[in-house]
This record gives sequence, C-alpha cells and structure tokens, in this order.
Amino acid sequence: MERGQPAPYNHGMTTELGHFALILAFAVAIVQMIVPLIGAHKRWPGWMAVAEPAAGAQFVLTALSFGALTWAFVVSDFSLNVVVANSHSAKPMLYKISGTWGNHEGSMLLWVLIVTLFGAMAAWYGGGLPPTLRARVLAVQSAIAVAFFAFIIFTSNPFLRLEVPPFDGQDLNPLLQDPGLAFHPPFLYLGYVGLSMAFSFAVAALIEGRVDAAWGRWVRPWTLAAWIFLTIGIALGSWWAYYELGWGGFWFWDPVENASFMPWLLAAALLHSAIVVEKRESLKSWTILLAILAFGFSLIGTFIVRSGLLTSVHAFANDPERGVFILAIMAFFMGGALVLFTLRAGAMEAKGVFGLVSRESALVVNNLLLAVACFVVFVGTMWPLLAEMFFDRKLSVGPPFFNAAFTPFMVALGLILPVGSVLPWKRARISRAMWPLRYVFVLALAVGGLAFVMQTGRSMLGPMGLFLGAWLVSGTVVELMQRTGRGDNRLGRLRRLPRADWGKAVAHGGLGVTMAGIAGLTAWTVDDIRVAQIGQPFDVGSYTLTLTDVQELRGPNYLSTTGFVTLSKDGSEIAQMTPEKRFYPVAQMPTTEAAIDYNLLRDVYVVIGDQQDNGGWTVRTYIKPMTNWIWIGCALMALGGLLSLSDRRFRVAAGARKFSAVPAE
Amino acid sequence: MKRFALILMLLASPLAAVQPDEVLEDPVLEARARELSKGLRCLVCRNESIDESNASLARDLRILVRDRLLAGDTDAEAVAFIVDRYGEYVLLKPDNSGANWLLWGAGPLMLLLAGGAGVIYLRGRSKAAAPDDTPLSAEEQARLDDILKE
Repeated sequence: MERGQPAPYNHGMTTELGHFALILAFAVAIVQMIVPLIGAHKRWPGWMAVAEPAAGAQFVLTALSFGALTWAFVVSDFSLNVVVANSHSAKPMLYKISGTWGNHEGSMLLWVLIVTLFGAMAAWYGGGLPPTLRARVLAVQSAIAVAFFAFIIFTSNPFLRLEVPPFDGQDLNPLLQDPGLAFHPPFLYLGYVGLSMAFSFAVAALIEGRVDAAWGRWVRPWTLAAWIFLTIGIALGSWWAYYELGWGGFWFWDPVENASFMPWLLAAALLHSAIVVEKRESLKSWTILLAILAFGFSLIGTFIVRSGLLTSVHAFANDPERGVFILAIMAFFMGGALVLFTLRAGAMEAKGVFGLVSRESALVVNNLLLAVACFVVFVGTMWPLLAEMFFDRKLSVGPPFFNAAFTPFMVALGLILPVGSVLPWKRARISRAMWPLRYVFVLALAVGGLAFVMQTGRSMLGPMGLFLGAWLVSGTVVELMQRTGRGDNRLGRLRRLPRADWGKAVAHGGLGVTMAGIAGLTAWTVDDIRVAQIGQPFDVGSYTLTLTDVQELRGPNYLSTTGFVTLSKDGSEIAQMTPEKRFYPVAQMPTTEAAIDYNLLRDVYVVIGDQQDNGGWTVRTYIKPMTNWIWIGCALMALGGLLSLSDRRFRVAAGARKFSAVPAE
Repeated sequence: MKRFALILMLLASPLAAVQPDEVLEDPVLEARARELSKGLRCLVCRNESIDESNASLARDLRILVRDRLLAGDTDAEAVAFIVDRYGEYVLLKPDNSGANWLLWGAGPLMLLLAGGAGVIYLRGRSKAAAPDDTPLSAEEQARLDDILKE
C-alpha cells in the first residue's frame, strides 16, 4: 500500500478479535479474582492453583487486544473511532504506533495491559511464595484488572466503530509527535501500575495476617521496578518539556506532573521502609500503609489526568461518567484496603529493636520527609479545588508556592542522607559514624563557597545546590570505600561489593547530581530577548550569535520556518544551530522547536519567533548552566535502582523453589 | 509554494513569551518586572505564568506590570494593583489570608504531627532495646541459677 493512501476497510477481523479478546480477558479476570481467594481461605490447592494459568491467560488475551488496536493504528483503519480522532495516514510510523496510547481509550488499555503483565510476572516468577499468599496476591491484582476492564468496556471502549469511515484522520496533537513523549506514557504507566503489585502484596498480607522479613524481600523488587519506571517516565516528560515547549522550563508543578510525582515520592519512601522490614522486621504496619497509599496516589494520578478535574472543572463536567467511575474504583480499593488495614494492622508485631540513633531511625526520618513532601504536593495540587468548594475562593497554586513549600523537605533529605546511610543498624554513635564524613563536609562546603564567590549576586540557591550535590556524591564515595574495610586489595573488594550497595551509591549520587543541576539551572540561567537582523552578530553572556539566514521549509507533515544561527565563543565557531517554528496543517497547530547546543556545563538554547516590521526576527537565547545534570542524575537514579534490582538476594528469592534441588554454590 | 507562504503569514501568531518591544530600557526595572511576571498567572492558559505565556492577554498584563513599575510602584503595589482588577486567581503563590493558612500550614503541621508520632515510635523501639540494662530480680536470679545448675 502506498504511503498516504487510506487503508481499505478489510481489517474488520483483527479489530473484532481484539474486542473479543478484551471481553474474554475481563471474564478470566473475574474468575481469577474470586476462585483463588476462596481457595486460599479454605486451603483448597486446586482452587488456589487456578490463579497461575488465569494470570497468564489474562495477560495473553489483553496483549492480543492491545496488539489489534496497535495494528488498527498502523494500517490507519479509519473505521475505528479512536483512530480517526488521533491519527492520520501521513503521520510517521513511530507516531502512528505511539498514537495507540496517545489517547484516552488506548492509554487505558495500555494501563490494564500492564496490570495483567505484572500479574503474569508474579504468577511466573512467584514460585517461592507460600501458596496462599501467592493465590491472594494474584486475586487482588486481578480485582484491580477487573475494575479497569469494566471501566474500558463500559465507558472507554477503543473498539467502537464508525458506520461511515471518513477518508482520513484528525491527526495526533503535534506536541505529542516527539520521540521523547512517545515513550513517556508507557514508562509512567509501568511505574503507576507497578505499584499495584506492592498494593496487592500489602492487601494479601493483611488478609493473611502475616508480615515477615520474607514479605519485605518479595515486595521490594516490585516497588523498586515501579520506582525505576516512574523515574524514567518523569525524566522523559521533563526533558520533553525542556526542549519542546520553547522556553526551557523543565518542571511546572502542573497537576498532571504532580500526579506522577506523588507516587514517585511514596514509592521512594516505600522501597526504603521495605528494607527495614526485610532486614530488621520493624516498620511493618507503616510499610503496609505506604504500599496502599502509593498505589492510591497512582489511582489519584489516573483520576486527575483522566477526569480533567483539576486542569479544568469543565472538562470533568463534560465527561462525568468516566471521572465518577474512576472515583468509584479509587473509593473501593482505598476504602477497602484501609478498613482492612485498621482491622489487621495491630497484628503486625514488630520484632527488631533499635536505638534512637541507628540506620533504622535514619530510614524513619527519610520516610517522614518523603511522605510529608508528598502531602505538601497533594495539598497544593488539590487546594484550588478545595478552596473553591469550601471557601468560595477562586485561586491558583503554582510553581512559586511549591518551590517555597516543597524544597525545604528535599534540602533536609539531602542533608541527612549521607549521615543516615553510613549509620550502622541497631545502635550507633552519631559522632563515630560521622567522623569519616568530615572531609566530605569540608569538600562540599568548599564547593558551595567557591560557587558563592564566583557568582554575581548573593543568591544562596546555586551554592546550596552545589553544596548538596558535592555532599551527596562524595558521601557515597566515602561510604563505598568504607564498606571495603581496611588493608590490601580494597579495589578488588570494592568490585565484589553486593550489587545492592552499588545501586544504593549510584542512586544516592544521582540524587545529588539532580539536585545540583536543578539549583544551578534555576539560579544561573541567563536569557536574552531581541530582534536580530540577519548577518548582525550579538552577544549573550560570553557567547556570540549570528542569525545567518531564515528559510521556509517543508517537513513530512508540517511546514517550518527555520533560522540558521552560528554560535561562537572567543571568535571561534562552536555550533550551527537551526531553531524552527513549525505549523501542522492537519491539526492547525503551531509548535516551536528550540535549537539546543548541549554541553555538560551549559546548554545554549535558541528559539526563533516572528519576523518584525523592520525585517529582523525575534530571537530568544538562553544560557542554561548544568541543565543536563538533572537528567544525568535521573538516569543515575534509575541505574542505581536497576543495580539494586539485580542484587543476588532478589534473584535467589525469585527462583528459590525452582533451584531448590540444586546444591548451594 | 504560494499557499505555503500564505499559511505561514496567517500563522504569524505570537509564538513567543516576552516580546522585544516590551522590554524596559532600565535593566533593574526589567529584572523586577520579569520576577513579578513569574508569579502572576496567565488567566486564559493552563497553569502558565504571564512570563511564559504566548497569549495576548498575558502580553497585556506584562505591559501593565511594566507600566506600573515605570509609574513608580513598588513590587507589592504593582501586584496589588493587578490583584484588585483580576482577583486572587492571578497569584501563582497564594497569600496566607483566611483559609489559606491550611495550605501553607499543611507541610509544617504534618511534619510536626508525623515527627511527633515518629519520635514516640522510635522511643518505644529503643526502650524495648534497653531491657538488658535492668538487673534481674531475685526470683529471676534464682531461676537462672537453677537452670545453670542443671
């Protein structure tokens, strides 16, 4: 078939099969929700055993259904309503595929696909779990799937067809036609939904009435995986905003962003408190509560994004059915889990005891700061709605509020982190634990002080950020070296440290890098707005820019006004930059494509605007120091999570039964 | 190609935030104006400040802020002037009047509450950690002796 031609309408079969598979998966999920639960209660092995094949079948069926929808987008089957509303035959293939989840219906199908994927993974790799716990985990996971299958089938069915298919589609929002954003939602969803596994484990443990070290070990990899995906998803979204929205902002404290950030904060808290459960058998009921709340915030996030309640009250009123449905799902799962929690949490007796100064206490403080920070974001996000409902005040809560109210918690977290992570378990002496950190502290002070002296102005933001960055990064280095002990061959021992230790160090270092990047960027950005005449150089900071030409060009599905800018410093050319203004005729939408010269120390960010009456062009230039540190730090955090996830003890736990016949290494 | 040019001309919508013709001559005043603009909401946008927004209403507000500063207003007066006309909805950072103390107090209050609960919990744990310090009672000592004798 030639490109640009609409597909002939003979794809009815795959679409109908996809629809059928979806309904079948719904039916399987209902069975899997009920039978294993009864089986576990009555101790009937046959009934419990239903869960495993059912979880597999559910996943395969949902995958078929999602595949059929993707296929409809690939071949541009305009008999499907969602395809017409979100695709176009001339769109590049990558965005046809990503269009599958670039809309409400498809994204919900992706959501439930991931729920079933995690369920299937727990069934396939959960061999080491006690049979009753496993049956209950899979039943709870399936209950979540049931709710979302029902949501899709009854309110958001992507397989609805049009009687008279139009000749072509209405195109995907051009802002979303971007590689960074194509993969942003799947990662976020993997994160949100990954937390459903922690939730299922928590609820199953409550039903079971038992939480022990082994439970902590099982729940941690799922939380870790969810947190890694959320980290990547959030970083991708923020990077996309940075280069696509045209003025280099990377975080807006938008409700939709907060919706993904709150579960991230709680997942971070949860994966730390699960360590305490695993190693010390303490903090059990708190960890259970966190697992419930973390998934609760994922649901709130879905609700906020899908109902449009917070972005505009009217969007919600336009489609109340969907919003109310998700609200009901949320009320059911949160309410049910919290009732169960109040009934059963008392039975979770703590075993481990520890002194006031200990690793355990440090992790409690970590949880406290993360949970309260999450609460601040939650109140800030909901406040416009609450104020309007209860106090009849129409107000906004924007970035300046969050920067003021949220940042102190993160600064406190950064300050205590290196100390907490060198404290020994059970009982510690603070002075002895902190002694090795004295050089680190001096180094960090020196870095911060140097930044203060070198900057113009007296702002503390940049120096504080660099101080924290240096404190965290060098703190983890000292901690790693400490773990190798004394004597010879410390480098060899460093290499053989457990992956979990490396993961911890890399992730904590990454947090420091991100903090330094955010502070540096926010404090030291230089911007310049002017009308540039073609051929006339102008200076911004220590750089010289020349707009050499402006051309009208044509892209695959857009028109472009492209500026050609030469960037030089001290007389030598550094880069040729091409900022663009694009127009997508099908969607009738303009976008800005900034030109960015990336560098580890700074980005030069150029945006072209309109032509002015005198023939010049509006050109906006930003020198943004340390920007890439933000995302490098996020990448390090994700990498640290992966290292920790690959630690031997999780692999052993996962495969315990499978390899039980094999003698120990 | 003609149609292409036409579309681009129709498209000459303001794609950028602060325009060069808005910028004040005095760099100090301009810096103040930029700072104030970052705290004022574009009324027709989704969660954008007037400093970032491309909307024409945002441009009007930016010019208004600059006019007030040129007229000699302090930062607070300029903001009050705008809030008087557009309501507190324009403030991206709400004040702490009335019920807003709940918003501003949420973090500190929760920290106190959670911190208190945390301290109680930690003390409980560390008390439980300490029983080995208390000497055995006579009865316990006798039982221990019995056990050791066997």
